[in-house]
Amino acid sequence: MAIATEPRTSAPELVLELQNVHTYYGRIRALQGVSLEVRKGEIVTLIGANGAGKTTILKTISGLLHAREGQVRFQGADITQRAAHDLVKLGIGHAPEGRRIFSRLTVYENLQMGAFTRTRAEAQEDVERMYSLFPRLRERSRQQGGSLSGGEQQMLAVARALMSRPSVLLLDEPSLGLAPILIQEVFSIIQEINTRGTTVLLVEQNALQALNIAQRGYVLQTGRVIKADTADRLAADPDVRRAYLGEI
Amino acid sequence: MTDFAAQQPGLDPLAMPPPGAIVEDIRQARRRAGVRFALAFALTWIVLVGGMALAIASTGRVHPDFIAEHLPFFLGGIPLTIFVSVASIIFATGFALIGALGRISRNPVIYGIASLYVSLVRGTPLVVQIFFIYSALPQFGIVLPAIVAGVFALSFNYGAYMTEIFRAGIQAVPRGQLEAASALGMTERHTMRRIVLPQAVRIVIPAIGNEFIAMIKDSALVSFVALQELFWRTRTVGAANFASFETLLFAAIVYWVLTIFFSLFQERLEKRMAQSDRRP
Repeated sequence: MAIATEPRTSAPELVLELQNVHTYYGRIRALQGVSLEVRKGEIVTLIGANGAGKTTILKTISGLLHAREGQVRFQGADITQRAAHDLVKLGIGHAPEGRRIFSRLTVYENLQMGAFTRTRAEAQEDVERMYSLFPRLRERSRQQGGSLSGGEQQMLAVARALMSRPSVLLLDEPSLGLAPILIQEVFSIIQEINTRGTTVLLVEQNALQALNIAQRGYVLQTGRVIKADTADRLAADPDVRRAYLGEI
Repeated sequence: MTDFAAQQPGLDPLAMPPPGAIVEDIRQARRRAGVRFALAFALTWIVLVGGMALAIASTGRVHPDFIAEHLPFFLGGIPLTIFVSVASIIFATGFALIGALGRISRNPVIYGIASLYVSLVRGTPLVVQIFFIYSALPQFGIVLPAIVAGVFALSFNYGAYMTEIFRAGIQAVPRGQLEAASALGMTERHTMRRIVLPQAVRIVIPAIGNEFIAMIKDSALVSFVALQELFWRTRTVGAANFASFETLLFAAIVYWVLTIFFSLFQERLEKRMAQSDRRP
């Protein structure tokens, strides 16, 4: 940053950038030219109806799917065709939709698996960090993941994704199937994670609450970005309110 | 509490025992019922087994002293029986693991080999396989010591059945976990080793316990290749002395006791494994 020739910008550095991304499931085109960006330290949210392509965007970023056209850039490098296991090492953490915890491994083992790319000593230290962030998980550390309640499983999924010390965390519907009080808890934890220095890209059906904690948002419809703005303005936008916040 | 009680004739709060005492009463009643059940159960077995023993003894044609005379020789076969069973179940687990990986393979050749193994071994009698390995292979110059032939035949056979158990265990791990593992930075190999297999093992342990108990009994078949385990010893002595009834009955009882012993062990193991399933 000290180099004088670098153009001075007021915005923080670009962490993630999608340029005209097309992703297919077989012959079905799920993303039809999506462009978006995430800057360091931000919480950015993707909102839209079922089937709009939100989950597909996250999978395309984390390497579970690959774009057929367009480019995905992470910290300036082209990662479009990189494999998922490489991207974790680079610093992309992904908590996939529906939690997908390892149901017959213990909570502790689940966390260990999240630190798969790192050394044992580092992992041990981070398990402690996660227990302090999610005290409930410490109480349950020797229980099988599948015996946890929905909210606890969601916390475990988030904690597990954080174990790789990602610089960007991709969260897919963390509030899915949770009681309202737990949704509040999950959202405040996301904010906490963000203030501790992790950039967050959040996919949510719960648009209002997502926009509440995000700085910016993108509205998706059938594989395209139809609106991109600050979270405040999106939350106030009459179209958005009508379509996603349940107002007539 | 008092207001409510006042409106209810005959419901005097002072006359009612505290709720804790009621819970304790129920608990005690359950315990007593449990003890009664266990006693009746034990009595049933004693009557049935004792009755059979008396009926047999009353024929006057049975000579228990014959067993007593040869007891050390008979019991001396138990270590070999247990050794063959344990060694065979260990090797069978190895065959089953490889077989199961083959049965879930997307490579048609590997899948074909694994499927042929399962089909061929499950489709032919174990006795035939044992004789085949011990008596037919020498025609091709392959002469195996009896113990090797016996353990190999048992483990190869059980491995085929257990292949299907392992395959089911592996497939019982939800597919979503594979994607989650991938999102955590694991390659396919790592996912199999660190996520799928550890969970599959927990799923199949009870089934392996069953296989082991069956193995103890099927280990009697290696007496056909002249391994001097429990059944060989009782059969040989019994036939030579016209005391087949005593010796076979004795062998049956010993097998029964062994399986009861291992069933108890298996029950313990399962309880321990289930501990992480429960919420504290």
